Amino acid sequence: MTSPVATAPLAPTRAPAQTSAIGQTWALSVRSIQSLLRQPSLVIPSLIFPLFFAALGTSSFSRATGLPGFPAVDSYLDFALAGAIVQGILFGSTTGATALATDIENGFFDRLLASPSTRTGIIVGRMAGGMAYGAFQTLFFVLVLLPFGLSIKGGIGGVIGLVVSGTILALAIGALMSSMALLTGSTEAVQGAFPLLFIALFFSSAFFPRETMSGIYGTLADFNPVSHLVEGMRDLVIEGVSASALTRAILIPAALAVVSIALSLRALRHRLGAS
Amino acid sequence: MSTINTPRPTRPINTRHTPHSAAATGLAKRSIVNITRLPSAFLPSVLMPVFQSIAFAGTFFAIIQIPGFPTDRSINWFLPLGTLMGAGFAGIGIGFSTIRDLETGFYDRIRLTPAPRAALITGPLAAALIRAVLVTTIVTIVGLMFGARPTHGPGGVLLLYTAAAGIAAAGTGWGLGLAFQFRDMRAAAIMQLTFFLLIFLTDAQAPLFIMEGWLASVARINPFTNIIRLARIGFLDAPITWNNIWGGGVAIVAISALTLTFARRSLDRLSDS
Repeated sequence: MTSPVATAPLAPTRAPAQTSAIGQTWALSVRSIQSLLRQPSLVIPSLIFPLFFAALGTSSFSRATGLPGFPAVDSYLDFALAGAIVQGILFGSTTGATALATDIENGFFDRLLASPSTRTGIIVGRMAGGMAYGAFQTLFFVLVLLPFGLSIKGGIGGVIGLVVSGTILALAIGALMSSMALLTGSTEAVQGAFPLLFIALFFSSAFFPRETMSGIYGTLADFNPVSHLVEGMRDLVIEGVSASALTRAILIPAALAVVSIALSLRALRHRLGAS
Repeated sequence: MSTINTPRPTRPINTRHTPHSAAATGLAKRSIVNITRLPSAFLPSVLMPVFQSIAFAGTFFAIIQIPGFPTDRSINWFLPLGTLMGAGFAGIGIGFSTIRDLETGFYDRIRLTPAPRAALITGPLAAALIRAVLVTTIVTIVGLMFGARPTHGPGGVLLLYTAAAGIAAAGTGWGLGLAFQFRDMRAAAIMQLTFFLLIFLTDAQAPLFIMEGWLASVARINPFTNIIRLARIGFLDAPITWNNIWGGGVAIVAISALTLTFARRSLDRLSDS
């Protein structure tokens, strides 16, 4: 004789909550930002070094602003702000890509892939975190340098233009370095690619005007998109808001972002195929 | 008929006293051999100063137009700076490799050998000096290719080598001392940051008479300004005078003595712990 099996109906359970793609991306963005906040040693250099170089340059090159080819500026600090912002964002955006490479190295990326989360959300979330940090960096540099004599001819509109430009640039560089992280899955490779950004920065007009350079340096700076981006941002500071300045400050990083996002999505497909 | 092979009597090895020079030479050789076996650890100390010299000379080309600038070639102004950066990092690099040895436990085995303690400082110091000479030679050759011209012949270039060797010695002492104190990679960040700050808080980018504000005041009291002046004098139009040399010489001797003493005391504390 078999004992009767209780066949009481199970209490109805709620189906697991389905998070929308936007919700998933938001959660991954928040994680990306929190990881920056929780490891200040990773982000502090990208805030301190550009300010240090701006301070050094202001003290060293203040007399150079009278040289032929130099734009009319109140001080070298006004001239240096755009270069400091771009420098900081180049440093900071590499940090996000390094974190992505770390996720790949320690297997967290594979666990995300195994979860029902949207694939592009994994990358977009990381980039959104980088964009938020880029916007913060831009505002931080402006606010820290204002008491030291920085004057922005573009006023509030100029600051907004700088923040928008910095945010899009962070997206562009973050996507570019993320594609490197996705392709190699190596933090060392991402760090190893950083000097290329450094070279792009130094062979541009980030620290001195193109008009004062000569020979091969001048030619390289002419062809370097970083020069034109920096000059657009700089014009917002030293001349004021104009269509020309906004176009260069926003469209150049936007074009870079389109290319680098395409590269990172291709790298993601490559990695998904490999997985 | 079989023969029994009796071992030949060997001369007993005196393990109580390893000569200082032999131990130091062995440690120096090991460090130099690592250049070929681990080039990724040495190459940055060559590539960065080369890049820095060229990039700074190109970017800040116009500063030579400022009236009174002591040279008409920007590469002449920035080449010695790049060389000193490379030489300094050659010295600090010894600190990095010591941290690696401490973390892997290899350094404990070195300390267990009968090598005199002083050799654990002088050996790496010799290696750093050799590395600094290598870096200085490479950076100078590349600089010459990019238009640098010594203005005082071999004597001026010799002063550049002297300053580079001095910075390498100071970097070695600082790197070793911090490595012995922290025993992990935290020391690497402090080594790089302090060295970077001390080099740039000088007339690294522009002559003192051009500077304005706080940096001019800091650079005047920073002894590294004297070392950079010593390195540069052979590439500037100004004559080589005792006034331009002695400050750099004194700074090299004083800073090297301080940092190497710091390294030795830290090594002793490491042995005591």
